[in-house]
This record gives sequence, C-alpha cells and structure tokens, in this order.
Amino acid sequence: MASDRIIGIDLGTTNSLVAYMENDHPAVIPGEDGSNLVPSVVALDERDQIMVGNPARKYLIETPERAVYSVKRLMGRGVEDIQGELKLFPFRLADDLAPGEVLRIKLGNKTYTPPEISAFILRQLKRNAERYFGAPVTKAVITVPAYFNDAQRQATKDAGRIAGLEVLRLVNEPTAASLAYGLDKKDTATIAVYDLGGGTFDISILKLHEGIFEVIATNGDTHLGGDDIDNLLITIALNDILGDLGIDVRHNGEAVQSIRKDIIEAKIALSSQTEAALDFELPDGTRYQRTITRAQFERLIKPIADRTLAPVRQAMRDAGLEAKQIEEVVLVGGSTRIPLIRRLVEEQFQRIPHSELNPDEVVALGAAVQANILGGGSEATKEMLLLDVTALSLGIESLGGGVVKIIHRNSTVPESATEHFTTGVEGQTSVAIHVVQGERELAKDNRSLARFDLKGIPPMPAGLPRVEVKFLLDANGILHVSAREARSGKEAEIEVQPSYGLTDEQVENMILESFDYAEEDFAKRQVIEARNEANTILAALEKGRSSPAWEQLSSREREDIGKLENALKAVMPGDDYHAIRTAIDALNQATMHLAELMMDSALSTALKGKRMDTADVGEGPAAPHPIAKAEIEQ
Amino acid sequence: MQPPAPVDYFTFFALPQKLNLDSTLLERDFYALSRKLHPDINAKANRQEQEWSLEKTSQLNDAYRTLKDPISRTEYLLRLHGVQLEEQSKAATEEARKSGAMKKPVVPPDLLEEVFELNMQLEELRMEKKMGEDDPDLARELHNTKQHLEEKQAAMLGDLKSEWDRWDALFDRAVSETVPDTDRKAALDALLAVLNRRSYIRNLLREIDEVLES
Repeated sequence: MASDRIIGIDLGTTNSLVAYMENDHPAVIPGEDGSNLVPSVVALDERDQIMVGNPARKYLIETPERAVYSVKRLMGRGVEDIQGELKLFPFRLADDLAPGEVLRIKLGNKTYTPPEISAFILRQLKRNAERYFGAPVTKAVITVPAYFNDAQRQATKDAGRIAGLEVLRLVNEPTAASLAYGLDKKDTATIAVYDLGGGTFDISILKLHEGIFEVIATNGDTHLGGDDIDNLLITIALNDILGDLGIDVRHNGEAVQSIRKDIIEAKIALSSQTEAALDFELPDGTRYQRTITRAQFERLIKPIADRTLAPVRQAMRDAGLEAKQIEEVVLVGGSTRIPLIRRLVEEQFQRIPHSELNPDEVVALGAAVQANILGGGSEATKEMLLLDVTALSLGIESLGGGVVKIIHRNSTVPESATEHFTTGVEGQTSVAIHVVQGERELAKDNRSLARFDLKGIPPMPAGLPRVEVKFLLDANGILHVSAREARSGKEAEIEVQPSYGLTDEQVENMILESFDYAEEDFAKRQVIEARNEANTILAALEKGRSSPAWEQLSSREREDIGKLENALKAVMPGDDYHAIRTAIDALNQATMHLAELMMDSALSTALKGKRMDTADVGEGPAAPHPIAKAEIEQ
Repeated sequence: MQPPAPVDYFTFFALPQKLNLDSTLLERDFYALSRKLHPDINAKANRQEQEWSLEKTSQLNDAYRTLKDPISRTEYLLRLHGVQLEEQSKAATEEARKSGAMKKPVVPPDLLEEVFELNMQLEELRMEKKMGEDDPDLARELHNTKQHLEEKQAAMLGDLKSEWDRWDALFDRAVSETVPDTDRKAALDALLAVLNRRSYIRNLLREIDEVLES
C-alpha cells in the first residue's frame, strides 16, 4: 500500500534530506533539481509565497529580512535562552512577543514559530518523496540530536504534524547513523559515533549484538558545530575589514551574508586544498582579498574542535570503556570533512574512522532504515532493533530549589518512574510539581520542562493523601505524565503548562492554516507532475515513431495519435490540470496498440532492460512502461 | 501481547530473589525480551497492544538496569524486603540532614581513626585555600588518603559478595525448611551495613575531591 510508505527525514541545521529504503537499500530521494540536499532555508518571496531550499537561498543575500536559516537552533527554546544566538544569527523576532510565549520569527511582514518554519522544510521533503513515489506520503521518522531535550523533541514532532506527517519515531542522529553503517555487519562490536553537524555535536557509544543496536552512553553539545567555525571566521574578517580598510560592515546584513557565503566556500575548499582565497567586494566597491592557508585555518578553529573532547571523554566514562576498547568509529556531519577534525578523532580513538558513507547523508539513510523497521522490516532489517537512551536526566524540583532525579541520563528508553507526593496543609486539594531536565544540582540551573498542577485531591489532613505520579519517557524521549491519588484510587487531574512548547490547540490551528498552503501547493504540484508525465509520454512516442512497430499501425491510428499529440502539446503550457490530464489519458489510450506491438518486438526487450537498469539506481519515479499511464493517486 | 502486570524485577526476568546473578545470561534475556516487547517491534499492533508494549518495555528497561548493577541490585532487594534506604543526590542528602529527617551517619568503627585524621586534614586545607596559601605536602597526604579509601572501596565488593552468599544460602534453605525471621533480618542488616559503609566512604571521597578541586 502506497499510503504505508514511511520516509526517513534528517531535519538538519544547515541541510535537510529525505530517504527511503527500497530493495534492502536505503537511498536519498533527490528533489526536482536533482539535488539530494535541501538547504534548511525558508524565504517569503515578493508575492508572500513560501520558498524552501535552493530557491530560498538567494533571498538570504538579496533580501535577508525575508529569509531564515538555522532555525533548528530555535526549536523548543524560549526568548531568554537564545540571547547568544541572536548575537550571531540574523534572526528577527516578532516585536510583540509576550514573555513565556513561543518564539515567532519575522519573515517579510509575517511571523512564524520555529516549528512552522521547520514544517515548511518538512513539507518540501514530503513533496519530493511524493513526486518520487507518485503517491501521497503521510508517515515519517525524523532524526534529532541526541542531546535535544523534551521541548526540542516536542517542537520537532509538532513541526511534523503541521507539515501533515505522522511522526512515528524521533531517532537520535548518531544512532541513526550507526543503523546506516550497521546494515552490513550484524556481529558484535563496540562503536563510537562522532557527529559534528552544522549546529550540534553528539557523541554516542553503542554496543552491537546480533542486530541489536544498544546505546550505552551519549553526550554532546547542542551549540557546537560548523556554524561556530563560520561565525568565528566571519568575526575575524569583519574586524579585519574594519581595522585594515577602515570600513565597518558589521551591521550591514547584506554584506555580512555575502561574507558568510564566501567564508563557507573557503572553509569547504580548505578540506581538500592547502589554501583558499577570500575575495569579495564591499558595499562601497572596495575589494577585500586575503589568502588563508590550511595551517592558519586549523590554528583558528582548534579551540572549537577541542570543545568536542570533553563530551567524548564523558561518554567514554559513562560507558565504562577505554578508548582502546572502541572497535569502530563512525564520522557523521559535514564538519567531519575537515582534516583537523579527522585527525582529532583518530588521535582520540587511536584508529582510522569510517567515512565510507557520505557524512551529509548517513543520518537520513539511517532514518530510512528505522522507518523500514517500524514498517514491519524487510530481509535486511528483520533482525535489527534499536535500544536508545536518554541523554538528559529528568528530575523534580524539591523544597528549597534542589532537584530529585527520577530518571537518570543514559537510561534506556522507554523508561518510567513513579513518585509519591503529599500535601503540606490540611484540606489542600492541589499540589504543584515542577519537572526539569538536566544534570545540575539546582532546579533553576536546569531546563524547565513543565509545571504540573495535580488537582482534585480529596480534602484530607496534611500529609495523608498519597498522590502517585507516573513519569514515562517514551521511545522518542518525550515525557508523559499521569497521576492518581492512592488512597481514594481517584485519577488526579493534571494541568500541564509546557515551558516552551506549543499547546495542542495552537498546533491544531497551525495544521488548519497549513491546509491553505497545502491545497495551493497541491494544485501547482499536480500541474507540474502532469507536465512531467506528458513529457515522458511524448518522448516515448518519439521513440515509438522510429521503431518498426510504428509501421505496423494503420494509417488511421497514426493520424489519431498525431492529432492527440498536438492536442496535448497545446494544453501543456497552461495551468489547467484537468485539461492536461485528459489529453494525456487520450494519448495513452490511442498509443496502447503501439505499446503492445513494441512490447512484442525484440526491440522492446532491449528497451525494457534499459528501463529496469535505470529504475534500479532510483532515478525518479519508475513508470510501469513507457507509454503507459503513471500511477498518480489523486 | 499480554497486559503488563505489576511484578518485581526478579519475577519479571523469571529469576529467584537471589543476589548472585550471571550477568551474561541476564543480558541475553534482556535482548530476547526486547525483541518481543519493544514498541518498534510492535509498531503495527493495535493501539491497546502498543500501549502495553510501551509499558512493558519500560518495566523491562527498569528491571534490567536495576539488576545488572551489583549495588543497585542489592539496594533493590533490601527495598523489596521493606528496608528503607536513605540516599539520593547530594543535595537531597544534605537537605534531609538539615531537616533532621536523616540522622548523621554513624562512622564505621574501623574507619574512626582515619576519618578523624581526614577531617583535620580537610579543615586545614580548606583554611589554607581560603588564605590563598598552597601546601603541597598536605595535598599529597590527602591524595594518599584518597587512594587508601579507594582501595577500601574496591575491597568492599568482596565483602558484599560474602553477604550475597549468606542471603542466597538462606533463600535456598527456605525451599525445604522454615527460615526464622531473625536469620533473614540478620542477613538483610548485614547487607545494609556493607552498603552504608560504602556510601559513607563514597561521601568522604566526594568531600576530598571537592576540597582538592576548589
């Protein structure tokens, strides 16, 4: 069933990808432009239409106030904890943000929450997959950094729902990567996954045992990645421009964006070359030209690279392992292409890390593997099972502001804990509970997840009620809470105030709003797809004309085909989907006999063989036969 | 899939309530049960079964984590038999002490002299650090004490093992005869004593680290 297809999505800080597992092989599904990566950039064009990916990128430079990138950094976070981000990234927050409200980002004259912006990216990926399959897709596995907290995970899930995707599982990125690598070797091994992406760093230690991928420890830093390298180099360049040329472009958004673009290109070049040139024109026409050598580059970024070492050591300690006990090391994330990072990992583990799979794609491929497992598995995945852990401890604020930990970090999920609470005052009917996530001793130093009010406790003398609260961390790392008063057996009522999340009602509204986009998108997409299909048929017809089968048709048949061909060509440029569709169907009908004749001839065998080859490499939707109607569900 | 039942962790793994346990076998059973119960395996089951799967897997994970670690396994057994254990995070411990909910732990007799000496050293080093002075000799002495305590800590696992054997023997005896409650109580008390001693030393080590690192 087409609707049962589950796609795997890597929703990255810099780039996003969608993958699917077919014939025991996970593969990335390219976009219409043939590119596997969809840059995680969203822009609002002049007509207030949403643009995603490469088409959105040009707005970053031309009209930065209409574009946003790296929005993943804002997922599930409050205005007070992104002050650092605001200094480095040109995020423009809505002017009317109330305290405690979910962030909203300005895009032109509109505002969107981070989950909505992520949903635009997800919708693009969903569309790419639907184009590939020629059928709707509604289910997905999405990856998140292992170090994402509950609010960030919830925000990612919300983004999926807004985009019209049922998120069957959130998988930790390093774990997903290990799934992609582990397909070939199902024996026993201890592996480390070093994942340095655009915005986050994760390190995970796993034990492989006959297809079971058991995470033993994970650690990381949600604010460490390639972006930090870019920002460091940009700051240096901006100061250099000021000091050397006396020009201050630090607050010129357009200039900074164009410098960013150049810096990133130089950074990428330095992974394969020993020096790179920086050369760009400043707004007043002055040229800024510099050569940066790899040695200089490495000296500059060494402190950033070294920041990955503390999490690595902590994860090893938590796993109770020495570096020499790690048998395989896997590199994930675009920033692991940097030679300095590779050397660092090599020195740390005393072995050459794996990098056979494209580090930009491996997480998405792993997500596709997990999607396949959830869909019931296949020959390649039937023995595979992922046992992941929570990277952060969960605790309850105690009297005096301390934290009582109820679920410890590195516990395998799903995981639950039951706590008992009582009242302090006679006749008290409600108890307030504050849940926090993090490792610090004081509640205020940890991330506040939610405040609960246990209500409806029967009035009793102080200390007598026993409210049993059950905290369940599911396999997605998302918290569920239920409570009951043990003496009366009565279910207690829980009122949840997520500290930095959208309420269910808000998400529902966003889903409704997104339908407007979806319908508009869908109509446009249908026309484009129909045109593509028409082109396929016309090309096949061209082939048919030069085949011996063409001569076997009656002159009447040939004449009809010619007429219908012209009719299709006439309606193709228009926006009327039904007209194009009808013309395609008519031409299809008329060429049925030709197709049959071609199938019978020796020539068709060759054609068919060629088709199957191309289908194997997974280039676009494979039509059943060249002149047959493609299966597009409406 | 059957609905989850509220059973203790030993029963969950179909194990007797004994403390000597083959960790390889436990791991094997954990993997086998995971393959049956995990939500990923049951992703296509009906909603009710999916809920059970989630519930039972969380039970399985709790049980495995508790039983595989020798200390948490012992603590769990004590709790199963109604022995109250005091100890949470450092903050919780201090708070409990302040409010009087927890008595000051009794110094294990064989450590009396050492703890007395250690407290003097710690006090002295704290004073010196406050004055901004540096005393490498004193720091070295503390390091030595620390090492000595760590050795004691490691040796504790041996003590624990013999108390496990005592408990397990009682358990086996109970199959064929009635074991007096006093014997059972004595075995549990002995286990508790080892654990208390261990956590006492751990707190000392924590204190030394704090002073050395401050």
